[in-house]
Amino acid sequence: MSTKPSDNGPIIELRKVSKRFGSLPVLDGVDLALLRGQTTVVIGESGTGKSVLLKHIVALLRPDGGEVYFRGERIDDKSEAQLVAARRRFGFLFQLSALFDSMTVAENIAFPITEHAACSKEEIDEIVAEKLRLVGLDGLQSRKPGELSGGQKKRVALARAIALNPEVVLYDEPTTGLDPVRADVINELILRLRRSLDVTSVVVTHDMTSAYKVADRIVMLQGGKVIADGTPEYFKTTKDARVRRFVDGKADAEDLSVLDM
Amino acid sequence: MSQTEANLAFRAGQRITNGVDAFGDFWLFAWRTAVWTFRGMGRRQNWWLLMPELFEVGYKSLPVILITGAFVGMVIAVQAIEQFRAVGLEERMGAVVNLSVVRELGPVLAGIMLAGRIGGALTAELGTMNVTEQIDALRSMGVDPVRYLVVPRVLACFLLTPILTLYADLTGSLGGWFVSVFQRGVDSGPYWDYTEQAVDNFDLFSGLFKGFFFGAALGLISCYKGFFCKPGAEGVGRACTEAFVTSFIAILALDYVLAVFLQAVSEKLWGFRSLL
Repeated sequence: MSTKPSDNGPIIELRKVSKRFGSLPVLDGVDLALLRGQTTVVIGESGTGKSVLLKHIVALLRPDGGEVYFRGERIDDKSEAQLVAARRRFGFLFQLSALFDSMTVAENIAFPITEHAACSKEEIDEIVAEKLRLVGLDGLQSRKPGELSGGQKKRVALARAIALNPEVVLYDEPTTGLDPVRADVINELILRLRRSLDVTSVVVTHDMTSAYKVADRIVMLQGGKVIADGTPEYFKTTKDARVRRFVDGKADAEDLSVLDM
Repeated sequence: MSQTEANLAFRAGQRITNGVDAFGDFWLFAWRTAVWTFRGMGRRQNWWLLMPELFEVGYKSLPVILITGAFVGMVIAVQAIEQFRAVGLEERMGAVVNLSVVRELGPVLAGIMLAGRIGGALTAELGTMNVTEQIDALRSMGVDPVRYLVVPRVLACFLLTPILTLYADLTGSLGGWFVSVFQRGVDSGPYWDYTEQAVDNFDLFSGLFKGFFFGAALGLISCYKGFFCKPGAEGVGRACTEAFVTSFIAILALDYVLAVFLQAVSEKLWGFRSLL
């Protein structure tokens, strides 16, 4: 390979990425470089393109303009078949978990392994059990996703996302829809994965408790652009009105004007 | 041109480009399915994906196909018999009933029944997988959803529609025979003699041949609609309706084209055949 991945450069890089759906611009020239081993949290209001940004990182969506790089290699112009090698290095935790509901928990977690690695039945069972232990659900192998609670689904989906020991794990709103305690379980899992597997993580969320807990770095999106980028400390102390309004969850006069009839 | 006229023209133009776009997308989708079908043949894993779909499309559809076929044959017999009796040709009933069933009604109605039973289910299944991000999940794991989800389903429809057509043919001719012979007192012997004279292997083959096209069409259309459905329960519902309507029209349109083609082939090979 000509482009040798360097160990200290950014593992993922978005250059001037823009994307529109119909006439609606969602991303408007986003520049973002993510460092290896760091947990970057992307925050922003609903509909500001956080999930869209996340999907660009694994080329589930292709940008209308700009480029996406993974380990120094451009990926946004590759075909689906060419992307397989890169995608194997990613784990993606979807917002709705996206477990295959025709399969059991064990089959869901085994799925990426059977597709990509030559493992015996026993080896696969062992990996499945190990991943389930990691998310605290060992013993639920034979359940169907329909029989799990929302929090359990997220944890099974996380177990599936890390089945192939990915270098990067992408979390799309991992704590949304969970009660505060379950949400904190997920936060702890994100931290534990970072420590034990040494993964680079990107977390999309609008849950500030979660953001402060897991982030090494926080990036705020608004109007399709990065408007703030810093450590959790910065976000706690900054005077920037746009950031404060979101972080403190205070609706301003303009937000409230929609309520006036 | 006034503002509203310009607006109307713009929207009409937009609709046309959207339509052309979707048509192109469909053929691209069909092409990808074909490519993955041939590329995937060598992997045993893929054959295991096909088995449950064959069960779903073939075995589970058999009862409705048998019932549809039987009633079609019976209805033709009921409609035709008095006319034939009036001119004293009721013994030729077998020729008419069986030829209509084998050439046209068996394949077309089997196709339409399958479009309803299987097509709706395929669209709903893939549509739900799409809106719950399961298709994205497959892609993110480096698995091509066309290979994994679409090929086994389309292949099952393609392979089994002709076979199910044969079953519809069978119960159709039995239904026609039952009404003619047992209810309306036509002689069984001449009934089958005239059938043998009229129905050729080529007629049976025509039905089978059509079945392959109908199966491929309904499978591809249903999967395509599910694959690209709009979000939400409404999106899935609409995709199912569109899939059925489009499959229905496609089957009838294909039937016309194939009928013209097969007629030409038959005349080329054997010349004109008179039925009466």
